[in-house]
Amino acid sequence: MAKIQDQTNATLRDGAAAAWPICLGYFPIGLSLGVLAQKAGIPWWAVAMMSLLVFAGSAQFICIAMLAAKASAPAIIMTTFVVNLRHLLMSSALAVHLSGLSQRFLTLFAYGVTDESFAVNMTRFRAGNWDRWRALVVNHLANFSWLVATVSGGFVGQFVPEGAFGINYALTGMFICLLVFQLQGRIYLITGLLAAGISIVWYLLIPGDSYIVGASITAATLGYLLKCRYRRHK
Amino acid sequence: MTFSDFLLLFSGMGLVTYLPRALPLLYLAQKKLPQWLIDWLSLIPVAILSALLAPSLFTDSASRSFSFGKTELLVAIPTLIFAIKTRSLGGTVLVGMLLFWLAEKII
Repeated sequence: MAKIQDQTNATLRDGAAAAWPICLGYFPIGLSLGVLAQKAGIPWWAVAMMSLLVFAGSAQFICIAMLAAKASAPAIIMTTFVVNLRHLLMSSALAVHLSGLSQRFLTLFAYGVTDESFAVNMTRFRAGNWDRWRALVVNHLANFSWLVATVSGGFVGQFVPEGAFGINYALTGMFICLLVFQLQGRIYLITGLLAAGISIVWYLLIPGDSYIVGASITAATLGYLLKCRYRRHK
Repeated sequence: MTFSDFLLLFSGMGLVTYLPRALPLLYLAQKKLPQWLIDWLSLIPVAILSALLAPSLFTDSASRSFSFGKTELLVAIPTLIFAIKTRSLGGTVLVGMLLFWLAEKII
């Protein structure tokens, strides 16, 4: 019994150690979402419901902007669908590390797949010493802090000075470091540079959020083709 | 809007968000993936991270135009070097925040 307890504690501790940068980064974003929701006349319990049922940062911001502009529910749902299609790619990449697990576990795990938890968990899975339970702890801690941050935004958001302690940079800093962890060879560096260039051009030319999925797929495919070519020439 | 209006809207949004998160996991995790797909998927994380980051560093989101030399970009350079040297996630987040805070005060 004591041994199981120790293992559970270790899982929670490792999960929390991996998740804290996400939770920190979610606070300024969640608070500002709460403030915007309050200004748009959305009650706090509706914000809580949205953070629990949807749990997707950019879609929730868009939803509030669209509600404030009196958009229809089908239009908001369609937009949400398109904005969140990028998770298809992330879940596919995660599937490599979660193969053969029960449908029940995967059903629970899928709920917490976000840009941030994906990046943290993929990095850890790749480094080894990571398992599905630690990954699940990361997902759900991130979700919990998102819920707390978005709801409290409606109450305390306007009293927090904008940009205090550079907290708006937390997620950018985290993504920079996770990107460094991913650079495990020349082909990864090339793919990353391709994705950066393509995403900027795509972002400037095409309205909406398709640049994330579009640039990722294009860059990964080009990187893959380059890798195949390089292998053949060797 | 009433409680049930919100519930209906957010359930719809939740469903269309959840399905793309769940279906690849439920489907692909039960299969033996071909090697080319594994190789391709292994390049997806670096590509997604780059595609999420680059526009935020090199473009102005309000006017959706190219912008070189934003505070975000200037801070990203020392933050990147710190990440490469230390390979510490927590440290990088804190250093990035600190530098960004200072940079915003100065600029």
